[in-house]
Amino acid sequence: MQPTADQRRWMYRHMVLSRYLEERIEALYMEGKTPVFNMAKGPIPGEMHLSNGQEPCAVGVCAHLSADDIVTATHRPHHIAVAKGVDLDAMVAEIFGKATGLAGGRGGHMHLFDAAVNFSCSGIIGEGLGPAVGAALSRKLQGKSGVAVAFMGEGAANQGAFHEALNLAAVWQLPVVFVIEDNAWGISVAKQASTAVPRNDLRAAAYGIPGHHVADNDVEGVFAAAGEAIARAREGQGPSLIEIETARLAGHFMGDGEDYRPKGEKEGLQARDPIPRYRQALLDAGVLDEAGNAALVAEAHARVEAAIRFAQQSEFLPPEAALEQVFAGESS
Amino acid sequence: MSTNASTATATRKLTIARAMAEATAQEMRADPRVFVMGEDVGPLGGVFGNTRGLFDEFGPDRVRDTPISETAFIGAAVGAASDGMRPIVELMFVDFFGVCMDAIYNLMAKNTYFSGGKVKVPMVLMTSTGGGYSDAGQHSQCLYGTFAHLPGMKVVVPSNAFDAKGLMTAAIRDDNPVVFMYHKALQGMGWLGTEKGATVPVPEESYSVEIGRAAVVREGHDVTLVSLGVGVHHCLRAAKALEEEGFSAEVVDLRSLVPLDRDTVRASVARTGRLIVVDEDYHSYGVSGEIIASVAEHAGCRLKAAPKRVAYPDIPIPFAPTMEQWALPNADKVVAAFHQMMRES
Ligand SMILES: Cc1ncc(C[n+]2csc(CCOP(=O)(O)OP(=O)(O)O)c2C)c(N)n1
Ligand SMILES: [Mg+2]
Repeated sequence: MQPTADQRRWMYRHMVLSRYLEERIEALYMEGKTPVFNMAKGPIPGEMHLSNGQEPCAVGVCAHLSADDIVTATHRPHHIAVAKGVDLDAMVAEIFGKATGLAGGRGGHMHLFDAAVNFSCSGIIGEGLGPAVGAALSRKLQGKSGVAVAFMGEGAANQGAFHEALNLAAVWQLPVVFVIEDNAWGISVAKQASTAVPRNDLRAAAYGIPGHHVADNDVEGVFAAAGEAIARAREGQGPSLIEIETARLAGHFMGDGEDYRPKGEKEGLQARDPIPRYRQALLDAGVLDEAGNAALVAEAHARVEAAIRFAQQSEFLPPEAALEQVFAGESS
Repeated sequence: MSTNASTATATRKLTIARAMAEATAQEMRADPRVFVMGEDVGPLGGVFGNTRGLFDEFGPDRVRDTPISETAFIGAAVGAASDGMRPIVELMFVDFFGVCMDAIYNLMAKNTYFSGGKVKVPMVLMTSTGGGYSDAGQHSQCLYGTFAHLPGMKVVVPSNAFDAKGLMTAAIRDDNPVVFMYHKALQGMGWLGTEKGATVPVPEESYSVEIGRAAVVREGHDVTLVSLGVGVHHCLRAAKALEEEGFSAEVVDLRSLVPLDRDTVRASVARTGRLIVVDEDYHSYGVSGEIIASVAEHAGCRLKAAPKRVAYPDIPIPFAPTMEQWALPNADKVVAAFHQMMRES
């Protein structure tokens, strides 16, 4: 399955948008955290898991989805949220904890919910799989269209929830696609030290569903595999599993010393940064020219800057608002 | 040796993280059955530093990085413990208990009973607790009451490095499962910001602090402040503030939730006649209610005022620092609770 020129530019634009967002968040996150790094300080406190390098997974999959389709993401959610079309202003405001954020600041960066585009994420490993299966079941029971995609890291494939959810989706033939972003690390633990098989797509065989493997963080490889899996799900033929070899260009979270990485690994990954590679591919294919690229980049930067301004200029909710919205129907 | 911090003569100060690692290393040297499993406990030394140095000294057989498979490796610890080993396992954040609680409360905690006392489960489950640094609702909970509620496992919560080392040694040597809950704000990891009062002198030699014994960490006669973990430090600060107003507060550090040292609490309240419980866990159905009930139900109970609690409201923990800090217990809230108590009585 080949992307059209428009789809290629769409994927590239959202990679650029996501990366610039991460770069700005990275800089803002460090405000108030130097010279002493204290996670509680600065305009964005708490844990911060950046997605730099993993953009191909997000755009290659979401290029096939509409707002109506469901996505569950992980503790490392920004690239997927951007590609799924989550309201950028409200998302950045949530990351800053502001009243105008998706949840008024109650959730923060690991808990982004945008019901308008059926996006959610959460902080516990393997947690998004069950809900994706359930959303797919709901569509099936209601006779409604739409597929669900559960994103996860390769570490999540060793959680019980992974195996239970795959089996359930397979036995009920639900329209779900499971997407593993294999960045080779779960915090400091390497994939080969934690995983009994070299590739998690092989595990699809255990549930009698198709497994796809995408090597080398290849945007169009993801597009092709996801296209096939999502089309299959839409046609009522049940779930698929995709594992994508991707790259975590940053630490596990900000503040990670990354001493566990073999020497030179990071430089090697950086040299294979998927964004310049894809830009070059599009330039070579004549889908993009230098002027078009400059305009696209400038537009993405402007969009991110506008979202950051929006977040910075927004107020916090009054503290007592913490007590509201524990149950449905409570105002704020 | 002594089990009381006030008699410690050591001058070397350790963080709780270092104290936990030191106790573990000493027990591992002494007992080949002791080994450690968990996520990132190996070369990284634990996300919260409490296994630092162990991998280098004991190697990958005895200090094992696990897959992200809590159900499997905590269940495995139960099996290994029942088969004669003495595993120490780490659940990185207590909030993650949801994926593996069956192994904890249906196996670890009950196998001794189910076997008529024949099967011992000598394992330690270490887990981090607490918030205050905007890690939101799946990474900031305490859940002390949740664990202490379920019979069959001991539960300890140190407030300082001396107790942490001694309780860790005692936990490893105990023939029962012990849940060792350490608060992130006390851990001494620079990136979390640390309560200075938790980093105290710790003797180099091995010693244990008896599980099930609370400590009166400050004496007073007007009110008893009962707490655990980071709350003890809020209470000590509150006691200092009250002293400036001419009131003297006694502070009880529970240290263990199971067994719970009700006698020490009751004896203190018998002296002061007033009780405030401070807990970062949720307000309802938790430690604070249990302490107040333990005092109130005692035949000798004579209170000068209705007891109070300063606890976390019954809400998921919000991310925004404005909301989170507002909701957390602190010394000012303890002082305010005392003032209100005095107005009411
Ligand atoms: C059940 C559970 N266990 C442990 C953690 C702590 N944790 C957070 S991220 C992470 C590593 C996840 O690795 P992976 O799934 O590969 O995702 P990545 O971080 O590489 O994107 C761990 C162990 C958690 N959040 N939930
Ligand atoms: Mg990973």
